[in-house]
Amino acid sequence: MKSKTIRRWSFVHTWTSLICTVFLLLLALTGLPLIFHHEIDHLLGDAPQVKELPADTPRLNLQQLVEAAQKHRPGEALQYFGFEDDEPNAVLTIMAATPGSEPNSSHTFMLDARTGEALETPSANGGFMLTMLRLHVDMFAGLPGKLWLAFMGLLFVVAIVSGTVLYLPFMRRLKFATVRQDKSTRLRWLDLHNLIGVVTLTWALVVGVTGVISACADLLIAAWRNDSLSAMVAPYRDAPPLTQLAPATRLLDIASDVAPGMQPDFIAFPGTRFSSEHHYAVFMKGSTHLTSHLLTPVLIDASTLHVTAVAERPWYMDAMGMSQPLHFGDYGGMPMKILWATLDGLTIVVLGSGVYLWVVRRRVAKPVLENVESVA
Amino acid sequence: MKPRQSNFWKVFGTPTVIALFTAAGLFAALLGDGIWDALSWLGLGIPAVLALRGLLQRR
Repeated sequence: MKSKTIRRWSFVHTWTSLICTVFLLLLALTGLPLIFHHEIDHLLGDAPQVKELPADTPRLNLQQLVEAAQKHRPGEALQYFGFEDDEPNAVLTIMAATPGSEPNSSHTFMLDARTGEALETPSANGGFMLTMLRLHVDMFAGLPGKLWLAFMGLLFVVAIVSGTVLYLPFMRRLKFATVRQDKSTRLRWLDLHNLIGVVTLTWALVVGVTGVISACADLLIAAWRNDSLSAMVAPYRDAPPLTQLAPATRLLDIASDVAPGMQPDFIAFPGTRFSSEHHYAVFMKGSTHLTSHLLTPVLIDASTLHVTAVAERPWYMDAMGMSQPLHFGDYGGMPMKILWATLDGLTIVVLGSGVYLWVVRRRVAKPVLENVESVA
Repeated sequence: MKPRQSNFWKVFGTPTVIALFTAAGLFAALLGDGIWDALSWLGLGIPAVLALRGLLQRR
């Protein structure tokens, strides 16, 4: 590699990293507790305690759960019911002033599926973990915050790629995993930056790219509403607003009939951004491990309960679905979470050592490049 | 000037193997539980252990 080429890549690597480092540090630090949000909720006593009842206790039907929710928060509108595999006896419930209220002003709690008792989930509505989440997702700046972080994620990807290119001239004369301990602190950290950077490369790329995709979720959902949803609900464009919803009782049966072999993931009540003004949308997930991340919406007319359409899944909604586990690291048990946290910590070391190397290189008049050339 | 092939693989050989293990690990746990999870721990454990070893080693 010519020294001019190296210098160019070095310029790209230096500046893409420096610009995104502060934000990447924020993401890496706030991401750390989020990996263990389930465990932390339990530790803090924020996880709802679903009562132990005999296994054959009859379950309420969906309409009874709707009524229980409305009794718990009178005057508010139901937005979503969510179904979780690890808590089959409770239904995640999200309500807000109006169905179309933005997600951050919603109230989340759980309903016992057998008694209709409301169980609060404080960490979903405020406190330390929600603060971490908001800092991680949008820095309390809404869509511009998300898009800014997505842009920082793209810079991070460019920094990783350019760093990989630079790995070659730096390591040409060195055996893999060499860490020169006896020369200088700077060389030790240069070698560590190269070693840790190159071994965590794939993980960092995957978490980076899936993070960028998740940060663009609002845009993807808006595109989906434009592409698929608006065509399907076109006949309803001039229909008067609904004053009364047909009972939710049989929604899951109706959806299962048209999406055989699939499991319900969540129900969007009419008027949310996942449904239409005139439809319930039941989001069904595949029943294998892999397809359980891919959602197929079934649109059900909210006055006649007839199925209007089983929506196509555009590729970008699948990409969004698959991005979630690959970004959260929550799909391989506790050992995976610990490895995720370790790799996250190692990324912090790469970011920190990168800044250190830049500062040292500026302070000492001898640029890193000279060093590469003398090594190469 | 392109780097000579041997030079390229001398530098990137081991990192490529590690990258393949990591990618396989990331994918494995998406396919199932049990053995698939264990494969993911192996695939993600390799980069974690190599990095920590470098970080913690002292002359």
